[in-house]
Amino acid sequence: MNRVNTAPAIVPNFDDDTATGRKLAIICSKGNLDMAYPGLVLANAALGEGVETHLFFTFWGFDVITKSRMHDLKFTPLGNTATHLPQGLGGIPGMTAMATHMMKRQIADVGVPEVPEFLEQIVASGGHLWACRMSADMMHLTEADLYEEVEGIISAADFIEKTEGAQLLFI
Amino acid sequence: MPVTTIAGRDVHVDEEGFLTVYDEWDEDLAKQLAAQIGIDLTDAHWKAIRFLRDDYRTKGETATLRRVTVVGGIPTKELFTLFPKKPAKKMAYIAGLPKPHGCV
Repeated sequence: MNRVNTAPAIVPNFDDDTATGRKLAIICSKGNLDMAYPGLVLANAALGEGVETHLFFTFWGFDVITKSRMHDLKFTPLGNTATHLPQGLGGIPGMTAMATHMMKRQIADVGVPEVPEFLEQIVASGGHLWACRMSADMMHLTEADLYEEVEGIISAADFIEKTEGAQLLFI
Repeated sequence: MPVTTIAGRDVHVDEEGFLTVYDEWDEDLAKQLAAQIGIDLTDAHWKAIRFLRDDYRTKGETATLRRVTVVGGIPTKELFTLFPKKPAKKMAYIAGLPKPHGCV
């Protein structure tokens, strides 16, 4: 039997048919402006790739989801040799505010939103936000103090259970 | 660059199948591209696709999801409904554009 050999069209494989079940769990334990972003950028990227993503905010990371603080995360060059500034400079009054202002401008310049708006985008993309029970108890905070889209205050064990089989990042 | 045949036409694509020549695209082709990845284009889809086309013409790069939301005015949630799971890549594919390179 003769067959006409036509090459199939080249179509990107978006992996829709195979449920890969890939999951990502990100533990956000830092509250500095510069350390809040890596988790949020990676979560956003994973969601854009169709990966189920859970973020667990713990210890200093609580600032990222605490209403009274999430708009006001700060950056300091102190203790951070990668700024290549003399460490003494970091201790000058007003330096934290200035460094924070500069970093916020650099972040805005590359089109990346501020933290509250970034969380909003992550939730709109299907991301899950969780708060750490122990941190909430230590800091005497309740769900009313936290960003509305946080799904709950849960224990570390609950988080481990929810993210069974996930790849995990600790930041 | 490989050449593939879509809707009876030869078009240039990259290894993954994304169109590489801006002007080889038209709306009829978009319908075929969408059908190949299981999407039936509605007016809401077209709004996003046309934004991507126009934005690419002026900016020279494919808009990220965030840009489609902030500048194009289409909520992120809606984009995930229209183009399930990988909206940025799927939109770019249907719009005949390269994958977006921006991180956010």
